[in-house]
Amino acid sequence: MLSGGVFFQRESAMPQPSISKTMTTGESGLALIFAVTAFLCLIASAKAVDAPFAFHAGLSAAASLAAMFFIVNRYYDRPAALPPAEINGRPNYNMGPIKFTAVMAMVWGIAGFLVGLIIASQLAWPALNFDLQWIQFGRLRPLHTSAVIFAFGGNVLIATSFYVVQKSCRARLAGDLAPWFVVLGYNYFILIAGTGYLLGVTQSKEYAEPEWYADLWLTIVWVTYLLVFLGTILKRREPHIFVANWFYLAFIVTIAVLHLGNNPALPVSFFGSKSYIAWGGIQDAMFQWWYGHNAVGFFLTAGFLAIMYYFIPKRAERPVYSYRLSIIHFWALIFLYIWAGPHHLHYTALPDWTQTLGMTFSIMLWMPSWGGMINGLMTLSGAWDKLRTDPVLRMLVVSVAFYGMSTFEGPMMSIKVVNSLSHYTDWTIGHVHSGALGWVGFVSFGALYCLVPWVWNRKGLYSLKLVNWHFWIATLGIVLYISAMWVSGILQGLMWRAYTSLGFLEYSFIETVEAMHPFYVIRAAGGALFLIGALIMAYNLWMTVRVGEQEVQMPAALQPAE
Amino acid sequence: MSFWTRHQIFEKNSIILVVGILLVIAIGGLVEITPLFYLKSTIEVVDGVRPYTPLELAGRNVYVREGCYLCHSQMIRPLRDEVERYGHFSLAAESMFDHPFQWGSKRTGPDLARVGAKYSDDWHVTHLTNPRAIVPQSVMPGYPFLSSTEVDPATIADHMRTLRTVGVPYTDDQIANAAADMKAQADPDNAGSDAFSKRYAKAVVRNFDGKSGTPTEMDALIAYLQMLGTLVDFKLYNEKANLR
Repeated sequence: MLSGGVFFQRESAMPQPSISKTMTTGESGLALIFAVTAFLCLIASAKAVDAPFAFHAGLSAAASLAAMFFIVNRYYDRPAALPPAEINGRPNYNMGPIKFTAVMAMVWGIAGFLVGLIIASQLAWPALNFDLQWIQFGRLRPLHTSAVIFAFGGNVLIATSFYVVQKSCRARLAGDLAPWFVVLGYNYFILIAGTGYLLGVTQSKEYAEPEWYADLWLTIVWVTYLLVFLGTILKRREPHIFVANWFYLAFIVTIAVLHLGNNPALPVSFFGSKSYIAWGGIQDAMFQWWYGHNAVGFFLTAGFLAIMYYFIPKRAERPVYSYRLSIIHFWALIFLYIWAGPHHLHYTALPDWTQTLGMTFSIMLWMPSWGGMINGLMTLSGAWDKLRTDPVLRMLVVSVAFYGMSTFEGPMMSIKVVNSLSHYTDWTIGHVHSGALGWVGFVSFGALYCLVPWVWNRKGLYSLKLVNWHFWIATLGIVLYISAMWVSGILQGLMWRAYTSLGFLEYSFIETVEAMHPFYVIRAAGGALFLIGALIMAYNLWMTVRVGEQEVQMPAALQPAE
Repeated sequence: MSFWTRHQIFEKNSIILVVGILLVIAIGGLVEITPLFYLKSTIEVVDGVRPYTPLELAGRNVYVREGCYLCHSQMIRPLRDEVERYGHFSLAAESMFDHPFQWGSKRTGPDLARVGAKYSDDWHVTHLTNPRAIVPQSVMPGYPFLSSTEVDPATIADHMRTLRTVGVPYTDDQIANAAADMKAQADPDNAGSDAFSKRYAKAVVRNFDGKSGTPTEMDALIAYLQMLGTLVDFKLYNEKANLR
């Protein structure tokens, strides 16, 4: 059977005799840059002052050579003309980078969930640290957070944003090599950051652990990402920019600002991994949580709200509930979020005025958050029956429900008196995971379940039954996780402040640690269920690509004139 | 023209949209962060806070490398139970030379802001090597490898120079003698320990890990832990002058 996808490729592959084959400026320029980079990295590796830096420089030299080879090889394999932006008046979408990031999202997701399960188990059974520096909790925990947030979440965001921007602009992705540079470069950043943590290379700034050279590399990749995304919007054939793209743009732009603001560091040696951050003490704390909270606000919220605004209407086959609400939602959310950082620093040495501002804006943030939730949920108006038959849509809708729950819990925890109890305890961990597993996890799973059949041109998923299993197993896992953390967090907070009738502190610290054990076991069990769900998903998607029935698309040329 | 029609300018022009986003997200950060750099009341006026000694700095780098902040805070809040459990609430001044700050966000283990001088060096060596040897219920990983890894006195001056560039007031004298000071602090018999003590007020000179030879990461980390929260003398500290 001749599929649409193959048809497009064949046609685009047809040699056009009028063009003689030459390397584009991008190809030759980038190949040259990578050649120079490989050389510089080799020198850096030889002159390195510490072993992890020598390893990373050597790895980068190899990666640069591979990139150069990839570019040249691709040049010899490709036809003289670059893929056209349109074929017979229809956009010729670029799906390659999307396929790559979708696969990487699944791979990193499973890795990240697994490391999460390992560190959860280490807290329950500390012998699992094995007294080895590379796998002790302090090094694995950043690996877990980076793998799930930046590797899994980041790849989902890049995959969906590249898909949504093309479809909603009816334009091919801007750039030829640039999209590949973004997806490969981003995943290389993850590799450098992750191996660095295991080797003890870290800034020890929460969620901004990668050292200076990884940060520099990410900056280059991220600016390219912005350019590709903006370039595609500029080429659009729709007068309006679709609402999902506003959220993607806000996410990309703001993450760039946050990354630059929080990470200015001076390396001790340009041939070594260690650096010192420009900010110190209280200013560093404020910069860190301005960054940290808005990594939540813009990476884990704005970006995934874009997914909500595209994938829920698509899957439910209903328009977005309210256009006006989406405008208010957008501007209010991005304006208010930026202020919320200081609620991570309540009762610390940060001045009170900053804490109060942070608390006030965090409470106000509840409103746009729920506005967005309502906009997402009400999009199902007239299609609620689909929740019974379509487990993918159910996953997407439940993710929005979790979003609503954690965006209520967050403002509540930002109230200073509540925070005096919840801060430093597992309640925070539970809150983060109701957002991360319930909202970010489920909306990502839902989006990938939609995206994989779309980009691989399949009629549907291999098995909806397996999606249903995934949904229930993962939901059970989340419930176990967050309820265990609520109990342990509140319990520990209360034990810390408990007094005897004689006015002495009732519990020693270690007694509160001991009391956490059963909840740590339950939490690990919840995490294991979530991981099992993801493994089922990976199998389902793999089978969808491998044996799924191809969708028959009418070749564009045969369509009747409109 | 209604508000909703006016909004189309953002929906139809991506560059205006990007500029709009940048302006809207800039406000909160500017208002909250910029004043912290110039408001005099942000950091208290306190005697006694000094930059880390070379050995303490090396120890702090171990603390940073191993991610200790993920389970231990260094920020005592002004709440009754915390002040009674850990000591005087933390001052902004006490971490003003910290690059990066290590206030932390989670207490899987206790706060360490004032752990200095609370336990003996022996206690720390045993505890860091195998926490459950001393506290059976502990869930802390063991760090036995610290005893077998030596710190590098040759490069510590570079670290101090870098810190000076980002604002830590190390003197030329301190930087010039960094390598010698590093060895001197872990060796009470060292000829240079008097000069070292003059350069760093209240710095403790002890053989922290109890072993002779070049200081190990165990020496460095314990030197760092033992000075945490000890620099400010709260008998002399003027609370009222620093109320804010």
